[in-house]
Amino acid sequence: MRWLNKQTPYGMNRRHFLQHAAGASALMGSSLALGGTLRAHANELAKNNKSAILLWMGGGPATIDLWDLKPGAATGGPFRPISTTGEGQICEHLPQVAKQMHNLSIVRSMSTREADHSRGRYYMHTGFVPNPNIEHPSYGSVIAHELMANREDLQIPPFISVGGASEGPGFLGMAWAPFSVSSSGRIRNLEMGIDDSRLVQRMKTLDILERGFVAQKRGIPAEDHMKVLKQTFDLMTSEQMKAFEVDQEPETVKERYGTGNFGQGCLLARRLVEAGVPFVEVDLGGWDNHQNVHTTLRDQRLPTLDQAMSALVEDLEKRELLKDTAIIWMGEFGRTPTINGNAGRDHWARSWSVVVGGAGIKGGLVVGETDADGRRVTSEPYSAEDLMSTVCHGLGISLKTTYHSKSGRPMKIAGGGKLISPLVAT
Amino acid sequence: MPVRFIMLLIACLACRPVLGQRSVGSQHPQVAKINALFEEQWKAWGLRPSPAEDDGKWCRRVYLDLVGRIPTLAEHNAFVDSREANKRETLVEKLLDSPEHQAEYASHWATIWSNLLIGRSGGNDRRSLVSREGMQKYLRDSFASNKRYDAFVYELISATGTTEPGTEGFNGATNFLIDKVNEEDATLATSSTSRIFLGLQVQCTQCHNHPFNQWKQQKFWEFNAFFRQARGLRRFVPGTRDIAFAELIDQDFPGESGRPEEAEIYYEERNGLTRVAYPVFVDGTDIARSGYVEDTNRRSELARLVVESEYLAKMMVNRTWAHFLGHAFTKPMDDLGPHTMVSHPEVLDYLAEEFRQSSYDQKQLMRWIVLSKPYQLSSTITSHNESDDPAMGETPQFSHFYLRQMSAEQLYQSLVVLGGDAQGSLAEQQNQRDRWLSQFVVAFGTDEGDEATTFNGSIPQALMLFNGDLVKKAISSKPGTRLDSLIRSGAKFNDKVHTLFEAGVSRRASNTELRLASQLLRASGNKPEQALSDLWWAILNTNEFIFVQ
Repeated sequence: MRWLNKQTPYGMNRRHFLQHAAGASALMGSSLALGGTLRAHANELAKNNKSAILLWMGGGPATIDLWDLKPGAATGGPFRPISTTGEGQICEHLPQVAKQMHNLSIVRSMSTREADHSRGRYYMHTGFVPNPNIEHPSYGSVIAHELMANREDLQIPPFISVGGASEGPGFLGMAWAPFSVSSSGRIRNLEMGIDDSRLVQRMKTLDILERGFVAQKRGIPAEDHMKVLKQTFDLMTSEQMKAFEVDQEPETVKERYGTGNFGQGCLLARRLVEAGVPFVEVDLGGWDNHQNVHTTLRDQRLPTLDQAMSALVEDLEKRELLKDTAIIWMGEFGRTPTINGNAGRDHWARSWSVVVGGAGIKGGLVVGETDADGRRVTSEPYSAEDLMSTVCHGLGISLKTTYHSKSGRPMKIAGGGKLISPLVAT
Repeated sequence: MPVRFIMLLIACLACRPVLGQRSVGSQHPQVAKINALFEEQWKAWGLRPSPAEDDGKWCRRVYLDLVGRIPTLAEHNAFVDSREANKRETLVEKLLDSPEHQAEYASHWATIWSNLLIGRSGGNDRRSLVSREGMQKYLRDSFASNKRYDAFVYELISATGTTEPGTEGFNGATNFLIDKVNEEDATLATSSTSRIFLGLQVQCTQCHNHPFNQWKQQKFWEFNAFFRQARGLRRFVPGTRDIAFAELIDQDFPGESGRPEEAEIYYEERNGLTRVAYPVFVDGTDIARSGYVEDTNRRSELARLVVESEYLAKMMVNRTWAHFLGHAFTKPMDDLGPHTMVSHPEVLDYLAEEFRQSSYDQKQLMRWIVLSKPYQLSSTITSHNESDDPAMGETPQFSHFYLRQMSAEQLYQSLVVLGGDAQGSLAEQQNQRDRWLSQFVVAFGTDEGDEATTFNGSIPQALMLFNGDLVKKAISSKPGTRLDSLIRSGAKFNDKVHTLFEAGVSRRASNTELRLASQLLRASGNKPEQALSDLWWAILNTNEFIFVQ
């Protein structure tokens, strides 16, 4: 395991604290009591210290200009392709990422149906089409839920969203909600400013009041509230909070990642994964380029992405974390092959690309293809479900895992998708 | 009793004896009708409703839902102690109609509608055309005068004038559309107007015919054509690029091929074909095509058609029901399209018709809902209704009250009431609150300005309640605070404990809790101010406090 175990970062010292709390309450126990009721399939996780980092490109990136260029076609745009250390060619404005492509694979045959932001965001995050009757748990919630089973020592939230809101925990409940932080890693309201013994008294009192209300049987939210309080308390007292102190990194490392929000967010993600957090999402917005797509990409989005993404992969590999850390790069959808009257591209879900690697997912490959102008997938098409299945498989999560609603409705993990077989090591 | 008496004095003299004895229950045949429809459906589904919620908790519920905060101790006690047979009705009348609650009623509903019309972050950026203050002022005035809902919608859709209070030609209603008409051919104005007021979700049909929705792409652009005369103009602070205010106007629209008398627009189908569209309402009613404003004011025409639509009342009933009961009759609440399943079609149709008949009287609609049986029920779940669980994908049957979290705004107002330190004018208070609220808003990075809140029961919210300034203030026992007055009163320690529970969670302490408080007192080295402050901290952090029950 790779827990950080150094000096107390914030506030009080946990060990000292626990002396006060000896024999105290459930809110201050050493681990989150997992709500096992929904868990139907106890899967075969023996020892699993894997994690995933999702690089979320909010707005829907023009993947035809990044990963699946069509030079010469009317739809191609001005960018030229360059060779990489993997199989395919990518955009000339991603030169540093090109040097990491032996670690990452491009899936060029994504074909989905949701071309509206909120629907696409939901679908790509959950593997389910939005359904008004039920909220599905997002990637982070599912992976955190599955991988926390043998991570009792983790005291910081298992699903952290850096610089964005991600998607919610759905029917898994608020204990699996994303914990949103800014890329600086600074967290508001972390200090109570009273001495330990008094905090213990407060927590003991709170614990009894909480349980009194839960006992009145007013619904699941009351129980979830208690779990969140427990996580909050852990957060205030854990030595693992050091992982959020991205400022402690050497200047050279910070500069390698890029000092903007996304770069620092990726660096924070690496620190969190090192500390054992199963799922981290880092958001980079601004891809909704209905106007002037190519100048925006060339001058803003791509330099930022190139620097941070390449630094992250390189750093994870150097630290021997890449074999246990899945990387997923995606947005809600791609953008139209046709360039519109404002030199932009509009929403397009029928043929687009994502990039994945790490955690046993094969790197260096190009999977699938589109036709000459990028309008149509000409090989086997893949969906959000398939991508999520492949990632879960790489993380050692059984695809037979099934959740049940109270009425007994079974819900397969990752929407019952199939593996993207070329990416799965045999 | 002595503590209670003192707190009564502290928290302004209560209104309990002066309330009229007027019975209102019998005046509302609508309530009886709703109840009958629900009884029937519960029977059909084999559900037995939970018992009625006890008075203290119900009082807390109705204060939160109607005026946006928990009751003060005095208000709570007045209600619980009242022996009047119709006291629930009386309380509803008081909250809706008495002058003492008018300002907070208006402010509460102005907040809800601001979030709906311009989002939680609308107007917060200095480059934004929206004046949040202008929007809120308009909304406060509208709710204070209980403006007819159809008139309200008409004004929002057809408004012209400036956005900022104090400027010449000020019309706060302009803030709804001001930043939705300039970019992307007013597509945001199109989707917002149809979704919010008619429950018609057209945003997907902007680019294609919807796969399981009868809406067609053609309809989207026909609806869109109504907004093409509208323009949001910027007025800058002299010598800077900061926007001082904006003005929403209608100007002649020449159409996309420069023929104002036809003023057509074009859109592209997915197969690449270009098609033409003119202003046609969703029910097929068309208007004169001219783009000259003096011939046809397209937004005024649209406003007229919207308020004549049968969807107007339905959508408002569905929205209001969801506000009070936690779930609408459809999922999502703002989708009444023909493909959507309605859980209680008879109730929805009946209430919509009655709402129309009442001249779109919003308070009347609220009254019927708040006095109906589903709203009286306890949030405790029994073995006879535990299958009624919408969070797990079941159709809501409203056989018990669904626990739901307070909004960030309700929490804020409640803590202000408990701390007793609201300062400044209403607008200033609203500004202070908006600043506090902004810590919870997260944007999604799309052109449509979608946003989410982290005030959703997750850790940032819990941290704020554990350690934030607002709570620190509320639990402070410095001289002059409410807590200090309680501590220094002559009451027994146990009575003080009861008082804290009544103030926070509208009930007295249990025996276990009294013992717990004595332990706290001992642990503090017999310092009641510390023990009571710690107990108060714990109460404010409980599930019982944060949930509307």
